Amino acid sequence: MKINKVLVKKIAQLAQIPVSEKEEEKLAKGFEKTIEIVDELFKVDVFEVQPIHQVTSLENIFREDKIDEKRMFSQNEALNQAKNKHNGYFVVDQILEED
Amino acid sequence: MDKKYQPIIGMEVHVELKTASKMFCGCKNDPFGAPKPNIYTCPVCLGLPGALPVANKKAIEWTISLGLALGCKINLFSKFDRKHYFYPDLAKGYQISQYDLPFCYDGEINTSFGKIRIRRIHLEEDTGKLIHSTINNKKMTLIDFNRSGVPLIEIVTEPDIKSASQAKEYAKKLFQIIRYLDISEADMEKGQMRLEANISLQIQNSKTKNQNNQLPNYKVELKNINSFRFLEKAIEAEIKRQEEIINEGKTPTQETRGYNAEKNITYSQRAKEDASDYRYFPDPDIPPIKISESWFESIKKNMPENYDYLLSRWEKEYGAQKSTLSLLFETNTQSKWLDGLFSYFKKQNLDTKKLINFLVNKKIKVNLFVDNYQKIISVFNQSISTSQIDEEEIDKAISQAIKENPQAVLDFKSGKKNAINFLLGQTMKILGKKTDTKIIIEKISKKIF
Amino acid sequence: MKNKLTLKKAIELIDKKEVSLKEIYDDILKVYKEKNKELNIYLSFDENSFEKAKNEKNKPLRGLPIAIKDNFLTIGFPTTASSNVLRGYMSHYESTVTKKIKEAGGILIGKTNMDAWAHGSSTETSDFGPTKNPRNPKYLPGGSSGGSAASIASNMAIASLGTETAGSIRQPASWCGVVGLKPTYGRVSRYGVIAMGSSLDCPGPITKTVEDSAIILNFIAGKDEYDGTTSNVPVLDYTKNLKKGIKNFKIGICYIDHPDISSTIVAKKTLEAGKVLENLGAKVELISTSKTLEKNKILSHEYAIGVYTVVQRGEVSSNLARYDGIRYGNNRSCFGSEAKNRIILGTYTLSKGYADKYYIYAQKVRHLYVKNFKDLFSKYDVLISPASPSFALPSGASQGNPMFGELQDMLVEPSALAGICGISVPMYKDEETNLYLGLNIMSDYFQEEKILQTAWAYEQKTNWNEWKNI
Repeated sequence: MKINKVLVKKIAQLAQIPVSEKEEEKLAKGFEKTIEIVDELFKVDVFEVQPIHQVTSLENIFREDKIDEKRMFSQNEALNQAKNKHNGYFVVDQILEED
Repeated sequence: MDKKYQPIIGMEVHVELKTASKMFCGCKNDPFGAPKPNIYTCPVCLGLPGALPVANKKAIEWTISLGLALGCKINLFSKFDRKHYFYPDLAKGYQISQYDLPFCYDGEINTSFGKIRIRRIHLEEDTGKLIHSTINNKKMTLIDFNRSGVPLIEIVTEPDIKSASQAKEYAKKLFQIIRYLDISEADMEKGQMRLEANISLQIQNSKTKNQNNQLPNYKVELKNINSFRFLEKAIEAEIKRQEEIINEGKTPTQETRGYNAEKNITYSQRAKEDASDYRYFPDPDIPPIKISESWFESIKKNMPENYDYLLSRWEKEYGAQKSTLSLLFETNTQSKWLDGLFSYFKKQNLDTKKLINFLVNKKIKVNLFVDNYQKIISVFNQSISTSQIDEEEIDKAISQAIKENPQAVLDFKSGKKNAINFLLGQTMKILGKKTDTKIIIEKISKKIF
Repeated sequence: MKNKLTLKKAIELIDKKEVSLKEIYDDILKVYKEKNKELNIYLSFDENSFEKAKNEKNKPLRGLPIAIKDNFLTIGFPTTASSNVLRGYMSHYESTVTKKIKEAGGILIGKTNMDAWAHGSSTETSDFGPTKNPRNPKYLPGGSSGGSAASIASNMAIASLGTETAGSIRQPASWCGVVGLKPTYGRVSRYGVIAMGSSLDCPGPITKTVEDSAIILNFIAGKDEYDGTTSNVPVLDYTKNLKKGIKNFKIGICYIDHPDISSTIVAKKTLEAGKVLENLGAKVELISTSKTLEKNKILSHEYAIGVYTVVQRGEVSSNLARYDGIRYGNNRSCFGSEAKNRIILGTYTLSKGYADKYYIYAQKVRHLYVKNFKDLFSKYDVLISPASPSFALPSGASQGNPMFGELQDMLVEPSALAGICGISVPMYKDEETNLYLGLNIMSDYFQEEKILQTAWAYEQKTNWNEWKNI
């Protein structure tokens, strides 16, 4: 399968990864090589095999509806590692206003 | 031009569950009541590195009870999936939601216009809240994660809704059932219930056969509607707008629109990105959910009597109308209290219909859901006897006033409207106490004519 | 040199008052100061940790210094996963595993280097520079837990913790000539460990001896209310039956008949290891490798690369979505090229129209590996194989190869995909290069006791372990 820069650019956008023109080329190459190896997979016959999404065989692992005070952060702890904050809020540049 | 277009409407309603804690962590679930932003947070709902979700059992049970109340089938094997998109209010870059195995599917709600099929009800987590603000002359967006991870259910209908008023009735009915189950405050002002309508118009053409199977090739999503009345008006405005576009020979753009209540118009919010690709896959952090027969039965057992059945039963047993009865309560705790009250009344051979009317019209001063039944009986009995004496007294006084003032009666008969006020004054004087003047005026004019 | 003590021995000698905790810390600090600059093992190191340690003497781990891979969230040390995205990030919460270590009286002495985000098998892709193999600094330590393995090989810690997604404990243990245990998925909590492939990730010990791994596992294993994928299966005292022997164990040797491996030294040494186990009373046989699922044969590891790549990269693309620089850390332009590679591929294989082709297909093949092991463990107690297809490779080997990690780890990928447990113990040392090979010993879900017993028995009969007689 041929992977081109256009596809890489599109996927990078979807994944919100900023990539330069030069990187696009490099990523496309790595991508192609990887897909080549991955495609080996299709030699395996999976007729009537169900996909498995987890190997633990666990089911119904829940929490009771209780407030867990010991894990809750103070406002300072919540915000402490953020670069931009204001009056107890995280801050980002204005995004599209919805109303 | 009449009925040339048939509106095709489907609804998506989001409702925040009122569990004590959040969906996947133990943080307090009270974003609206929080005194400060970002205080009901922890590694999980802030999307910190290494944090893992564990699902709230009660939220799952409540979702299933709503499904059962709406006649849904229940997926006895279910799971949570990750839905990916980027937005600053979405802490993890994905929302934990349900993709192909929602807890509930294939239900229905009846409206006076006909049945509306419920396609699915699934459980997910709410996002944080964005606030747009200007700081140091720069437009900024502030983020509060108190709401992040609050359990949120989404109820999706089939496109069975045919008019704005049917949409309103559907939404109201859904609200009533949710309040009755007491799984959410569903306060639209607080964003606890959010209405969205997908609207398109189908061109009615009696010559084409398969017309009803062919849905229009576009739909407009109406968002951010925060009352039932606005829902109706917004849909009406949107239908009108789409009619005009189609009349010009064009097709409305597929997009998301908001509603401006002041101008009574809808406005474009954003074109629906066809790039949206949520890359769903089963969340490996959350083992699947299997609903055993015994668990299913216990959920069923803990559910209150079906809302419609309850009203029908009350109508039959206690003589009042369903629409009147529905005004008396919201939650099943309240309805159970009322049920006890009504049957208590009935046992003592008291007039339940009258009681219900008194309660609805607030004619007796009682604390509903608080006072004990015996107290309510005594207030009720007292009010019946006083109101009966009053009636007799009033009739007597009016007769006396008419007799004593023949001139005023004549004046009134000949069209002098003011004369009745004189008669009213005289009646009040004879009565010697304040009474509802409206009733007296009514009675006087009835007596004269 | 008291830093060379094993965990077991250190506890013993401290209790007998033959060694003081201070001596151990002094010696560790000394070698840290001598060598860390060159080897680049620790990203952060607490030179004053003895002050904390001396109050812990009565607890099971006696205040001994434990090195922690930098993808465990820890209060008091930065946690970066060796990525610029998290440069300087200070966590306000502690991972379950490090919390348990602290509660048992272990002291986190420092955070070790790794491949950024645990993406790789070389510890060359760290944004904070490569780690060198202490056995021979011209060579790679393996990865992604290369820093933790190197901390043991260089005697800069008494024991250490790593994490494995597929090979990230066992492969660096193999290359550094130390012991690395990957427990069953769900045996040890992932809470507070920076997620790589969520359906695969598993923390585990990297230590000097098998017994030390058993001791550490005792403290970190178990159900965690904050990790819904941890198991209720009872935690054993893994030291209790450790020395019971492996008489009548049924052992199968895997993968060495595969044409890529059959003529290599790793195949030869694995066969020799089989002989050692046979002499210990086990019944050892060769299992033939098959390209299709067949009874009593092992499904070739070559498809596991594809399955692992698709599943892990899909999960990676999802798990790295939270790093937007808003609540903590730096923004998404700070991802290094390996992370970008993986995010791009993972996003692609989960995207509309491709999820069925890749992701679902991969999970079906994964199911075949699960079935295959289930079948084999109905017959065998443990399976053995080489831990890595080669000795440590020279520095720079990973560069320019987007699949370096997956290829290096191919022999342990099937077991990682199935979620079963495995341990790597040194099985050979090349005297000329001073480099090691590791033997991978695997068993069924929650059969950690069996692999520890086998590994311990094997360790006693071989000469590769320099620490066991100290």
